[in-house]
Parts: sequence; structure tokens; C-alpha cells
Amino acid sequence: MGNNSATSQVPDDAGRFGDFGGRYVPETLTRALDELTVEYEKARQDEEFQQELAGLLKDYVGRPSPLYFAKRLTAECGGAQIWFKREDLNHTGAHKINNTLGQALLTLRMGKTRVIAETGAGQHGVATATACARFGLPCVVYMGEEDVRRQAPNVFSMKLLGAEVRPVASGSRTLRDAINEAMRDWMSSVEDTHYIIGSVVGPHPFPKIVRDFQSVIGEETRQQSMQRWGRLPAAVVACVGGGSNAAGMFHPFIDDAKVDLIGVEAGGLGTQPGEHAAPLSYGDPGILHGSYSYVMQDEDGQTCDVHSMSAGLDYPGVGPEHSYWKATGRVRYVHCRDDEAMTAFDVTAGSEGILPALESSHAVAKAMQEAKQRPASEAVVVCLSGRGDKDANEIARLKAE
Amino acid sequence: MSSIDVLFSQLRSEGRKAFMPFVTAGDPDLEFTSQVVTELAGRGCHLCEIGIPYSDPIADGPVIQASYTRALARRIKLADILKSLGQVTSTVTMPLVTMVSYAVIYRHGLERYVADAKAAGIAGAIVPDLLVEEAERFSAVCRREDFSLIQLVTPTTPRERALRIAEMSTGFLYYVSVTGITGERTSLPRDLVDNVSWLREQTDLPICIGFGINSTEHVQLLAPVADGLIVGSAIVKRVAQAHEKSRQEIIREVGLYTEQLMSAMSD
Repeated sequence: MGNNSATSQVPDDAGRFGDFGGRYVPETLTRALDELTVEYEKARQDEEFQQELAGLLKDYVGRPSPLYFAKRLTAECGGAQIWFKREDLNHTGAHKINNTLGQALLTLRMGKTRVIAETGAGQHGVATATACARFGLPCVVYMGEEDVRRQAPNVFSMKLLGAEVRPVASGSRTLRDAINEAMRDWMSSVEDTHYIIGSVVGPHPFPKIVRDFQSVIGEETRQQSMQRWGRLPAAVVACVGGGSNAAGMFHPFIDDAKVDLIGVEAGGLGTQPGEHAAPLSYGDPGILHGSYSYVMQDEDGQTCDVHSMSAGLDYPGVGPEHSYWKATGRVRYVHCRDDEAMTAFDVTAGSEGILPALESSHAVAKAMQEAKQRPASEAVVVCLSGRGDKDANEIARLKAE
Repeated sequence: MSSIDVLFSQLRSEGRKAFMPFVTAGDPDLEFTSQVVTELAGRGCHLCEIGIPYSDPIADGPVIQASYTRALARRIKLADILKSLGQVTSTVTMPLVTMVSYAVIYRHGLERYVADAKAAGIAGAIVPDLLVEEAERFSAVCRREDFSLIQLVTPTTPRERALRIAEMSTGFLYYVSVTGITGERTSLPRDLVDNVSWLREQTDLPICIGFGINSTEHVQLLAPVADGLIVGSAIVKRVAQAHEKSRQEIIREVGLYTEQLMSAMSD
């Protein structure tokens, strides 16, 4: 399929994005995943469901999020205009709430009475805890011990919102282990619990559901672009860990071949195994967390430890649709080192008065490079997926090192 | 016919049930695994499941997870595991099957995995994260090579689907007793016996029950309706005491424990 062009009409009924995706989970979860698939399709076509979600996104989240011209940053780079899609201005400070509200509504629709989630940076955990508080659902969030340490403000927020945060001490004590633990909980609790997965990863139908709920980002960006300039942006840039903000941003542009789409992985400290978290750049196709996609594995199929200073990107796998976009060449995937992202964070803070999340700072860094190579007549849109308040302490610690 | 088919047809003709322990390969090292497997064969176990350590086992509880972590911490490699098992299978007649994630099989190569496992004298594989929908390619390889691909049915599996799984499975059908992960349970679901009995009437394939079994009471309850019983975490937990007891002591303890459960099976 390598030469086929990408289409937005994926996945198929088996959850395949080209060769990627599918469902590699224990049999115990099959019935729940089948039920979720059916219920989600019904909800998608249910006017009432869509209206309820749209109402929440407008009045509770504060959508549409603005498309903001980063004038001083643009001047600093010299070249194309840099625009921020301000997902950081959403309620709870990131794009994650778009998905958790949708999945919380699905939870109620399916008659399930408890929610579990995993979180890396804590943004998805906070967004899940928020949605659960809003709908009166009990909520348990699994979070790696390392992430509990480096994203402490979000742990506190989750608890204030009434969620139980369960630190995960196994493996690398990061996002990957939090997903393992949430899956294990779900293996036992699947009859009455919905697992609100936070990214476009996991078994079918999760990658599709999360992408669809996040696609509001790209759809708004399209409309705002047309309103502002009467045309689509020249390039769109987003960071990719599991890849939910990027999937939501890119998907509405997939069939517009003229729009360059650039996904930015975490380049960490360097190019050696264990120094980065960039499976699309350095990994191979394999199985992790229920789907077939690019992953950092050793020659035996054991998942490798990865590194990023950003907890939300510190993940050895990536959503299967990103693998599809890579294979078809529709999206260009690059990576950005910790120090480059940190510089982008500083420049954005100093020139725009905005603290981007460390995750989003990776996208800003590449957008700045991209802008320099393009004429001033073009617009480069960055998905500013979250705000950086949660990172303040960790940044202070990293700068002191 | 694979050695698993031979085993079950013989047990059935004698009216007996299979006792099937689970051992993690390389916990704490491969030499010890070989000794434990040899002991289990000597005690009369009928088939042994060998857990291939995997970094992200979502179907496993804390006991088996920890055993995988211990083995992987020593950088154990699949090639070394298969080499070591090959030496064991040349000395025992008890069939071995690997419990292995599809992540490992896929990475190794489907054909190559079956070829290498067969060369090591392994009779089949249980792949806990390979659903029937995704199993077609691997299943074809296994059938061609007469390598059993044992599929799983769980309490959440709808009945029609269970029949489809039974059709795809070779060697035996693995009936997961509980909705959950591996690990000892004090009590098992009340409808377990009924559900297995129903399935028993639908297929000729041997049905073996696993997950949660750890006592003579469990064995006495389940042996009459099944063709075999699988005991994992209760054994792995005993093996895990390697740092506080001598290896001979542990091997003897594991041997006595399995003998005790086996005698409950024939009561």
C-alpha cells in the first residue's frame, strides 16, 4: 500500500488504517469493544447526542478556541506567519477535554457506572476527572510514579475533582505502564466500567473515536482559516506522543493535498535507543497496547524504554492512523529534542506572553523552523495543544540541572 | 496429530483429566526453569505451559507480571529460552506449549516463530492477545505445521462467538474462569461449571480451565466438567521464593503442591 494516497475514510470495520490498527487484546475485552463500536456509531448519527456534545463544547469548554496570530514570534523567526490554535485556552487547559466529554456521554449512553483512565502529563487525567465530576461518575486515574512526580499540580487537581489517582510502580513508571494498569483494571471491571482512553491509541474502536472527538480542532481551524484568509493554511504542525491533538488537527485536512501536515515527535536527548520517544522516526511496525503501529521494540518484541522531558510525549508507541499517514507519505514526521523544545518554550513565553505545555513546545519549535523557510504570505498553524502551567516546577528543576 | 492431540485422546480413553502447570521461562534463570519443568514431568503433570516473558502483559496479574519483570531484568532472550527448552524436551515426554504475546511472535516472524518453537520440541502456543478476527494468518501457519494454536474463551464471550473460537482452536480450548487477569482467587464464578458444561456439549475439542485455580476445592469442583486444569500464579508464586529458599527446597515444594492438586483431580 506504500504508494497509495491517504484518505480520510479510514478505518474499515476491522479498525484498519491501511495495514495499521486492528485489535490485539485479550478475549475478555472483545464484547465491551464490540458494544462500544455499535454504541458509538449510533451516537454519531444521533442528533440529540451531537447537540448535547456541541453545547458542552461551547458553554463548558469555551469553544471555538481562537486562532491567534503570534505576531512577535513571527517577526522573530522572519518568514511565514505563525498562528496558534489555542487549545490551551480550553477548560482544563488542553485539548484532552474534547475527547473526555464525548466519551463520558458514551459512558452514560452505555449505562456504565464507573470510569477509568490513564494519564501521562496529567492533562487527560484532569480532563477525565472533570468530565466525571460534571456527570457524577466515579473515576480512577492510573498514572506512572515518575509522572506523578513531574506533573504534581495535575495530580492535585485530579484529587480536588474527586478522582482517585493510582500511582503505577511497574516498568518505566510512565504513560505506557499507566495504560497497562488501566487495561488490567478494565479486564476485571469491564461489565460496569468504561475506559476513557486519552489518545488515538489502543484497540479498535478507540483510535477512531478519539480522533473523531478531537477533529473539532481541525474543523474549527479550517473554518477560521477561510474566514481570516479565504484559504487554508500552507502548513499545520502538531506534536505527536500517542498523537490525539495531531490526529484531531490533521484529519480534517487529510484530503486537502496542498496543506502540508507536520507531526513532531519527542527527540529527547539524542538519536540513540532510549534517548528519545520517536517511534515514527526510529521504530518499526509492531504490536503494543492493542494495535499494530510503529513502536520502539527490541529484536524480541519487548517494548523499549524511551525518554522525553515531556510526560505527554514519553511513550514508545503511537496511534495507528499516524503510522498510516507516515506509510502513505501524507504527513511528514520529524522530531524535536528536549533542548529545542525548551528554547521554543522560552521564546514563546518571552515574545507572546504564553506558556505552552512542554508537549506543545515541540510543535512550536518545528513551526518556527518551518516558518523561516517559507514566504511571509504563507500561514503556518501550530496546534498549541495545552498550557504550560503544569510544567512550571519541572522546568525550574530542569533549568537548575 | 500433534502431541497435544495424542495426549488428550489417551487421557480420554482412560477417563482421566490433564493437569497443566504454568511456569515462567527464565525466572529467575533458565537452568532453574528446566529443573522445575523436569520435576513437574516427574510428578506426572500432563502438559506444561511456558510463559514467555513480555514487557507489557495486560492479561496478567501481579504475580506473573513480576516473574516476567525478573526474567527480563536479566536480559533474557527468546533464542536462549527456546534453546534451553529444546534441551528439556529431549528428556521429558510431557508436551510443552508457550504462552506468548503476539507482539513477540510478530516481531520474531510468524513462520519463524513456529519453526523455531517446533525445532525446540514445543507443541503449540497460547496467544492471549490474538483474537480470532486477527488470527487468520498465524492460524494458517500453525495448521500447516501441525503446531497447536490454543484459543481462549472467557465469561464475557457470547455463546455464538465461543463456538466460532472453538472451531478455530487446535489442541484444546482454554476456558478462562474469571472476568479478569491471571492470579489466585479464593472463589470462582458460580456459573462457571454450567458455562463449561454447555460448551462441553457443543464441541469435541478438549476444554481446559485456567485463571484463579489454586486449591483442592477448585480442582474437585472443576475437574468433572473439564478435560484439564491449568494452574499458573500459585506455582509461579512458589518459584518466586528463589531468593529466600534453596532451589532444591522450592522444587520439592512445587512438586508436592502439584501432586496434592493432582490427587484431588482423581478423587
